[in-house]
Formats: sequence, structure tokens, C-alpha cells
Amino acid sequence: MPGPVQSIERAAAILRLLASSSGRLGVGELASSLGLARGTVHGILRTLVRVGFVEQDEASGKYQLGAALLHLGTSYLDVNELRSRAINWADALAARSGEAVRIGTFLDGKVLVVHHVFRPDDTLQAMDVGTLLPLHATALGKVLLAYDANAAAAIRDAELERYCRRTITNHRELARVLTRVRDQGWAASVEEAVQGEAGIAAPIRGYGGLVVGAIGISGAVERLCDARRQPDPALVGYVRDAARAVSRDLGASRW
Amino acid sequence: MSERYVMSIDQGTTSTRCILFDHRGRLVSVAQREHRQHFPKPGWVEHDALEIWRNLERIIVDALAQAGITTDQVAALGIANQRETTLLWDRVTGQPIGRALVWQDTRTDTLVAELARAPGAGLVAERTGLPLATYFSAPRIRWLLDHVPGLRERAERGEVLFGTMESWLIWNLSGGVDGGVHVTDVTNASRTLLMNLTTLRWDEELLKFFGVPAAMLPEIRSSAEVYGRARRVIPGVRIAAALGDQQAALFGQTCYAPGETKCTYGTGGFLLMNTGAEPVRSANGLLTTVAYQIEGQPAAYALEGSIAITGALVQWFRDGLGLISTAPEIETLARTVEDNGGCYIVPAFSGLFAPHWRSEARGVIVGLTSYITKGHLARAVLEATAWQTREVVDAMNHDSGLRLKELKADGGMTADHLLMQIVADVLNVPVVRPMVAETVSLGAAYAAGLAVGYWADLEGLRRNWHRAARWVPAMDPAVRAAEYANWKRAVQRSFDWIKPAEP
Repeated sequence: MPGPVQSIERAAAILRLLASSSGRLGVGELASSLGLARGTVHGILRTLVRVGFVEQDEASGKYQLGAALLHLGTSYLDVNELRSRAINWADALAARSGEAVRIGTFLDGKVLVVHHVFRPDDTLQAMDVGTLLPLHATALGKVLLAYDANAAAAIRDAELERYCRRTITNHRELARVLTRVRDQGWAASVEEAVQGEAGIAAPIRGYGGLVVGAIGISGAVERLCDARRQPDPALVGYVRDAARAVSRDLGASRW
Repeated sequence: MSERYVMSIDQGTTSTRCILFDHRGRLVSVAQREHRQHFPKPGWVEHDALEIWRNLERIIVDALAQAGITTDQVAALGIANQRETTLLWDRVTGQPIGRALVWQDTRTDTLVAELARAPGAGLVAERTGLPLATYFSAPRIRWLLDHVPGLRERAERGEVLFGTMESWLIWNLSGGVDGGVHVTDVTNASRTLLMNLTTLRWDEELLKFFGVPAAMLPEIRSSAEVYGRARRVIPGVRIAAALGDQQAALFGQTCYAPGETKCTYGTGGFLLMNTGAEPVRSANGLLTTVAYQIEGQPAAYALEGSIAITGALVQWFRDGLGLISTAPEIETLARTVEDNGGCYIVPAFSGLFAPHWRSEARGVIVGLTSYITKGHLARAVLEATAWQTREVVDAMNHDSGLRLKELKADGGMTADHLLMQIVADVLNVPVVRPMVAETVSLGAAYAAGLAVGYWADLEGLRRNWHRAARWVPAMDPAVRAAEYANWKRAVQRSFDWIKPAEP
């Protein structure tokens, strides 16, 4: 087993110092308190600022605990903020794919639809922002199950409801499917929630790679899949491009 | 044959953007650069026109590189621009005479008050459809002629040129001192206070009234025609459209039939309604303006109503009160409550615009009780944008005799679903959001593409417009009526706050 990670220990020490201080602290004060080089402390502070755990005062240049630390136990990313950051990429995905786009986040054992772009054919469609979708029967849900430990825990002991003949109702089979989702980086559902409908989705990541939601398209199975019911690779590419673009905007560096 | 694209330039108040669109109106690449805002004195706002020109040179190259295409794949270029911003430059050297005076600049307020008392002041509104105000270009030209020594004589000799930003960019692109074309389009000209709204020509009496020599003015052309070919940056590309930014958004939203209306929700709100081939005079404080003109066709007119504070109220809620940390969180907070709890916010931060035009009004929060939480305030913030929209729409319906059937919304605030639902509820018409959010850029591209035959006609452009979202009214009519009455009472309470200075 490897030993403790030094930079995390140091980051924790910096956070403790800032928490116990009555005012803000400068790099020099922190460095001398901890017996570290200024450059080392500065590097750690920059990372802590980036993830929102520390804030720098513009006028004095000194540091204090960040708002993100106070909300650590609640929501990581406001869903309306997520929509606002994703809206242009979601529009572009709808335009390129010709299908309806939804963005989903995990809520109480379901997928909460937080954004919906109509299929660009000007037929009458109803907004379904705010509706809840099943986790195990939709592409959006499978992405959340594959990457969000809370979502996975929520259905661990639950009965998997059957919506169609092809709905996955067996936990073992679902686990196998989710492993494949993690391997390939995207999920599909083909006539598992609604007869005749398919979906393709990919994860949206924030700082540090944390999955904050899923973006995907859905539509008629004959448009999204080939004769062997396999998702169209071009459409999968569009979905993954959009997911990566939103993730980049949210500050995820590697995706 | 390789695919061809239309290039769109949006020369805005804070930045200049270059976007390439494909044949289906889809965005292919975007390049953007901000320019500096100069505030030399209170109320003065200036831009460096050379900085903007240099930015344009760079973003055009960036946008082409991003898309991986060459100049010969650009079918045409169209420009949308910040309106009313005024620039004078030397015809011989090509150098700007000082910095451009931006539309927000109020240095002409004393001059405008003097002009309003001068004989002939009544002509202005009659001929231009606009009130005599600091907002428009003519008083700024006059101010520069009055304050720069020797400038008036040089202007009369034809050595000095005037233009809004599209004129400056077209002149430079088409060669500058080396044969650059000096033109403007009807929509930009309609915001100068110098153009006759019916003849679409410079009005000699207005020129005389403002003391502006005709020799310095650009030629007024339609919004969609080939003004010339670029000789710099993208040599050979046809410069084929110019529109003021709000008119460009109306065009990009494909509001081509009378009654079709768009609202752009940003810091403020801009509502424009297409009123067809005749200018409609407003009895309710709206502006009459040219919507667009396609070469060889009659102009289409619009009524315009601006709301000073929409998104700016959310920003104040975030930065001034610190109740939210990002603008989109207003929706999260507003959804923690069912209704406004009886609380209303009238954001008359610097008076009220259309249809009230009360400069002495100031903001109020009314209906406060111990029951009110920050959630109720958040809801009141969103409702303020919706009710202000309703007031402008009512004025437009009344003036035009048309009836709004659907509102096409764009701008950053359309990401707020609760706001869009409230707007649909209080207007009692559906609100739709287009798939391409960049309606200003798209409008300039559409006009340019139309001028060179890249797109065949307006119907073809309509087919490119796709609905990304639609909100339908779901409010009990009795509740709507009661809430509107409350809003009107709240607005009344914002009036008469600033007292006239003691004599």
C-alpha cells in the first residue's frame, strides 16, 4: 500500500489554517506557518482556488476558505447553472443529429431532465424539463449509474421495473452493461423504456472529472440504429463531442 | 466543388465576433475579441476604432483557420453592429478623429436640451420616428464639430467622413484611403436622426437643424446588396449586408411578416415587431425604425420598445445583494417558492423606458411582509422582466393594430426556463426559442447570403429556423389580471422619486 500523498496533506494543512484564521491569510504567512517554500504553497493554493475550496481577495491578494467548501455536502453544481453552460452545445447537438436532446442529472433514484431541446423538424413537441426518467431503462440513466456512485447505490436493492420487453430487469445483466458503458464512454438504450424509441448518451464532467450529468439524444429506433439495432457510430460521435465540449466549459481538463 | 459559407461580423459594444455559417444556417466556427471601454469623464463612453479594426483583421483570420477553409469558400460577408455609435475619420489619412462616441455616451445632454428648444425641433420626431435624445448619432456629430478646432471647415470641404461602425468597417475592408466605399444601410441610417423615414434619404432640413454638412455623410443603401468587394484581409469577398444589431436579430429570427416579434433578453431587453411596409407612429412611447430593406424592394418597418433593466436586475441580485453566486441560480432560488408572496420589484434603476419614459422614477420593492423570503424576491426579479415585456407588447399591439401571436425570444436569459414560462404566462401567448441562439450574427449572415443568391429567398431562410423550445401559457386568467393590476400599482409607486433640482 502506498504512503500518504504529500501534496494532499499539505493542502489539508492549508485549509485548516485558513479555517482557524479570523481574517484572510497571504502566501507568505501560510508558507512560514507551515515551514514550506512560498512556491509550493502558491501552487497548492492555485489548485484549491480552481476547485473553489479557497478564494482569493482581489484587493489584498490574500486567501480565505471558498464557498464551495461550505456547500460540500449539498449540490455540487446547480442544475440551472449546468443548463446555462450547456445550452449552446445542446443546440448544436440537436442541429447536427436532427434529434431531440436532453440533459439529465441524478435525483432521488431517477433521472431529472434539466434541459430539453426539441427535435429540429418543427413538429409540435412538449417541453419535459422537470420530468423524471427511470435510471436503468434510459441511456441518460445508464450513464449516471455507470459514473455516479449515489445513483448506483439508489437502485442496488430496488426492483428494476419493466417498461418494455427489452428493459433490463436483472441486476447482474445491468452490471455487465454498465461495465461496458464505462469501457466505451457512452451508453445506449434501444426500446427499453418506450417501444420504438432509442437513446444515446455520454457523461458530462466537471472539475477533477466528477460526473455531474449526462447529455444525450433520443428518437425513433430506425433513425438512431442500424438493422442490427446497433447505434449509428456518427450519432455516437456527435453525442460524445457535445459531452466533451460541455465538460471542457465546466472545467474538466482531460475530457 | 468545395462547400461554401457565409461570414458574419457582429461588431458589438464590448467585443467583435466573426462567425461562419453553413447553408443550413448552422454555426461552423466562432472567433471573438473584446475591445477596451474608455470612460474619460462621467457619462462619457468611447471606443478606439483602430483597435476594433485590428480586432476584426485577427478574428476573420481565426474564424477561417478554425473552420479550415480559405477565402474563396466565403460566399459573402455581412455585418451587424452596435447602433448609434458615432465615428469621424480623415478621408485622406484614414485616421479616426478621436475615439468613437458610444451609444451610451451622454455628453450631449445639454446640447440636446438646447436643440429641443430651437425652432424646427418638432421636425425630428415627425421625420425620423425617434425622439430627440442623446441616444442617437446626430447630436454627437454636432458635438464633435463644435468641439474639435477646424473640424467643421474640413467637414464642409469633404475631408472628414462620418459613419457608424458598419460604415467604418466596410470603408476599411473595401480599401480604406485606397478607394474604400463610404456607405451605410437604412437601418443604421434610421438611428441617426438625419434620415427621413419615408424617403429613406438624408433630410436636408434635418441636416440644417443639426448643423451637419452633407459632404461627410455615407451613401444610404439597402441592408442586403453587394456594397463592394473586400480588398484587404479577405480580398475578393463580397461585402453584402449591414444591419443594426437589433434589426439583425429580428432578421435572424425570420420575423418577415407584419406582427412577427422578437425579444432579445440580455442586460436589458429589446423588443422589435415587424409592422410591414409602412412606418407606424407610436402613441405609446415606442420607437419607429426601419427593420430591413432588401435591394430593389420596399423597406420593412418595425416598432421598437426597449427595457432598460432585465438581466441587469439578476446581476444586481447576485453582485449587489449577494443572494446567489451565479446568475442561473436565480431560477433555483425562485423555484423554492410557489409564487411571489405578494412582493413586486420595479427595477427603475435609472428611470423607466418604454412605454413610461419616466426619468425621475427609481426602483422600488413593494409588498414586503415578514412572510417574504429570498425565494419570493427571486421570483419577483424574474416577474419584473416578464411584466415589463407585457407592458411593451401591450403598447405595440395598441400602436400597430396587430396582435402578438407568439414571441420569439433569444439572448442569454432564455436559458432560464422559469423566466420563459412566466413570460408566456403573463403575455398569454407561446414563447419560442430558436435553435441558433446567435440571432444577431445569423441575421447579418442571412441578409448577405440573400444578396448574393447563396440563399434563394426569405422562405428558404424560414425553413432554416427551428424551434429549440416552446413554452405555452398556463396561468389562470383571473390570476393574470390580478397580478398585472398589482404590477401596475407597483410601477405607480416608483414614479416621482427624484425631485427636480431647487432653482
